[in-house]
Amino acid sequence: MSQITPDILASHGIKPDEYTRILEIMGREPNLTELGIFSVMWSEHCSYKSSKKWLKTLPTKADWVICGPGENAGIIDIGEGDAIVFKMESHNHPSFIEPYQGAATGVGGILRDVFTMGARPIANMNALRFGDPSHPKTRHLVAGVVAGIGGYGNCVGVPTVGGETNFHKSYNGNILVNAMTVGLARTDNIFYSAAAGIGNPVVYFGSKTGRDGIHGATMASAEFDENSEEKRPTVQVGDPFTEKLLIEACLELMATDSIVAIQDMGAAGLTSSSFEMASKGGLGIEMDLDSVPMREEGMSAYEIMLSESQERMLMILKPGKEDVARAIMDKWELDFAVIGVLTGTGRMVLKRHGEVVADLPIDPLAQASPEYDRPWVQPAKLPVVKLEDVPAVAPIEALKTLLGCPDLASKRWIYQQYDHMVMGDTVQRPGGDAAVVRIHGSDKAVAITTDCTPRYCQADPHEGGRQAVAEAYRNISATGALPMAVTDNLNFGNPEKPEIMGQIVEAIKGMGEACRDLDFPVVSGNVSLYNETQGAAIQPTPAIGAVGLLKDVSKHTTIAFKGAGNSIVLFGETKGWMGASLYLREVCGREEGAPPPVALHRERRKGELVRDLIDQGLVKACHDVSDGGLLVAVTEMALASGIGASLEAPSAIALHGWCFGEDQGRYVLEVGADDLASVLEAAQGRDVGARIIGTTGGHSINVAGQSATVEDLKAIHEAWMPAYMGAEMSGH
Amino acid sequence: MKAAVIVFPGSNCDRDVAVALEASMRAKPLMVWHRDTELPKVDLVVVPGGFSYGDYLRCGAMAAHSPIMREVKARADAGMRVLGICNGFQILTESGLLPGVLMRNKDLKFICKDVHLRVENDRTDFCRYYRSGDVVRFPIAHAEGNWFVEPKAYREMEDNGQIAFRYATAEGKVDAESNPNGSLGNVAGIYNEKFNVLGLMPHPERLAEDLLGGSDGRLMFDSLVEALS
Repeated sequence: MSQITPDILASHGIKPDEYTRILEIMGREPNLTELGIFSVMWSEHCSYKSSKKWLKTLPTKADWVICGPGENAGIIDIGEGDAIVFKMESHNHPSFIEPYQGAATGVGGILRDVFTMGARPIANMNALRFGDPSHPKTRHLVAGVVAGIGGYGNCVGVPTVGGETNFHKSYNGNILVNAMTVGLARTDNIFYSAAAGIGNPVVYFGSKTGRDGIHGATMASAEFDENSEEKRPTVQVGDPFTEKLLIEACLELMATDSIVAIQDMGAAGLTSSSFEMASKGGLGIEMDLDSVPMREEGMSAYEIMLSESQERMLMILKPGKEDVARAIMDKWELDFAVIGVLTGTGRMVLKRHGEVVADLPIDPLAQASPEYDRPWVQPAKLPVVKLEDVPAVAPIEALKTLLGCPDLASKRWIYQQYDHMVMGDTVQRPGGDAAVVRIHGSDKAVAITTDCTPRYCQADPHEGGRQAVAEAYRNISATGALPMAVTDNLNFGNPEKPEIMGQIVEAIKGMGEACRDLDFPVVSGNVSLYNETQGAAIQPTPAIGAVGLLKDVSKHTTIAFKGAGNSIVLFGETKGWMGASLYLREVCGREEGAPPPVALHRERRKGELVRDLIDQGLVKACHDVSDGGLLVAVTEMALASGIGASLEAPSAIALHGWCFGEDQGRYVLEVGADDLASVLEAAQGRDVGARIIGTTGGHSINVAGQSATVEDLKAIHEAWMPAYMGAEMSGH
Repeated sequence: MKAAVIVFPGSNCDRDVAVALEASMRAKPLMVWHRDTELPKVDLVVVPGGFSYGDYLRCGAMAAHSPIMREVKARADAGMRVLGICNGFQILTESGLLPGVLMRNKDLKFICKDVHLRVENDRTDFCRYYRSGDVVRFPIAHAEGNWFVEPKAYREMEDNGQIAFRYATAEGKVDAESNPNGSLGNVAGIYNEKFNVLGLMPHPERLAEDLLGGSDGRLMFDSLVEALS
């Protein structure tokens, strides 16, 4: 009688046609351990089977790209032998089920992806999306996720320097927790995962293996239903102290010329790490599972291979280096075991209690995983909302509504729970356009940001994809840094639905166009699909994490106004685009219309101009115009400094359109009187529209005869989040 | 001046304080691993911030029982200067080098932000470049900084001048609003009876350079160099 019943296949998320391929590959019926291995290797999470076809279209190359997608993280060259290693990754499903541990282990996982390659992590970021604030679960999820990110990141001693947080009802049943790590390596000491050298030892180190997280990768590849919370036992538990030891031990060992290849055990644990290393090296592995350090008695081969216990690494050592490695692991009090050997067979042979318990071909599993060309439909284009059809609310009144709305309100409550200064190189802290982190012991710095505007992506995934990349480019440029490369974290609903697949396809196309035109290649990424609960999908959320380079950190610019009596200059055209704007949603209660288009050729020109002017010391403060439009951007510059501003609105455009339209490709600059002529001349020379819109000074924001004090606006901006989260105490 | 920084597994601020010390000393401090039992001959030992032993059990409790802390204690008893920052302060109270305990912050959350401190006693080797009553800005980054000691002991400490810093407003007013963690008397840092040991929750090493947003912390390291050279 067959051991593999349709029920077993269903519980492993294996489709009938996939099982037919498994039988072909094996030439026999697999046993349960083997089936479990197939199920995690072919899960959407590990195989990218729905998105692969489209991900291949993204630009991934540039002169400064050392390593693009396909490894643990992407790597770029920042000169003088320094390299930046970075990636963003989701931990959405676990964080919804168990917010503290889900978010904590998300941080742990992305840190390992980066230090596995030989980099010391120097900064963390996170992009978070929660449900409607009025949803009964939202507050609890925010509290848990923020505590989890802080609990892990603070303990490992890597600063969490920024991020973004949105709230929308489409995330009520599927929050998004996307964590990004940026690390620093030397270009001549980078480590990859391809195994090499038949006979070389396969070594396990880090924490012991337990029964936690079994089938996490499969869970992350399924829609949620009303019973999803019963999956809590599959959420892993993080130990940031062990992670800290692992970072130090890895970096110490990497300095000894002992490692052939190394890979962390992330999703699908020992299975995916061993298969990926062997497959990339074209080799086989024989492992004795009895040697794996275990936390519990009586674990089966199935459990050992599928465990997602955290803080574990797998590496191939050079011959005779076992003692060097063991001594370093002893010093850091980490488990260390030789668990296998590389073979030339191209097969994975697993032994338990002296018997062969699995014997699988490696390449067909790792490389011949299914690749689907899923059917998709073009998302319908939405009509352009006319400015004259949008009610005009008095600017200061609308400004107050926007500053206090959940998406724009200050996120101080969040980032104060993250240590954003440890390591002593945080030059720009959270709250600006991008964080700026100095390269330790040098005059260089990297600017880091995460961006995505899901309401634009919902309205038009193609334009939304372009905009996410363009906004990241602007945020980096506004600090004075040169945008170098991006990592993407693509969060969508169920790809088996043609309309969702259409969102994925169009968002990737849009991102690809922007990355190509802005010379901003994608070097790493992660895909999270099936973000649906009871058939309702999230807003498409292709989160972009970006890194830029400042050659001279002393020239960086912040968003805070620096003094009174300076000119406020706007780069870019303002036509009052209202479709999919925050004004339309928060002030008028309407979620409709096409999002603002991005003109990529002008985007690049403007970015170059802004960076050049900052480099020449002609810009005192700089901020890009994004959510909420121009008046919000200027107010944010005032809030960051306490210095007010008086604006002169042009008469050619309706006031609410000028104040709150979300036309793309705009920057606000503070320029001193002596430099004004040079700045305007430079803008004209580069064919960039520039306009003096007002003057800094005083203690209030003045526009069209109305005003509000910076102090009052600050109180509104700061009030929402603590008040909202404060209700948590009384609610439980 | 010769200085050493103790490194425990989970010390995260060892490098940060070494950088700040080097800027003032114009020489690198020694880094001493927690398992070492011999402490080199130095004028100053810094117990840095971080999460020694993951802060499991209780912050600083496990580090306080490490072999190197026995040696630090013996030298401190003999008069060597010891500076404990954040987790280092917790380790010093757990070791009995400083009085009181550090409990969970009053709102139970980790807090990372700049705070203002009023200098309470400038007649020490740590604070000779400050003046009593000065307001300085240092960052805090902790979840357990809520210092407490029995009322009688507290009065004696106040009378002896053992309070080093109090949380205050930018104008130097010590009030409930400027207290970030609920500590008794807004206390941010304290001395032992002989004034050769200072423990404080805020991080002077994090604002010791203008590029990072301020340099009030630099004066503490400059004070030590001036006093001990």
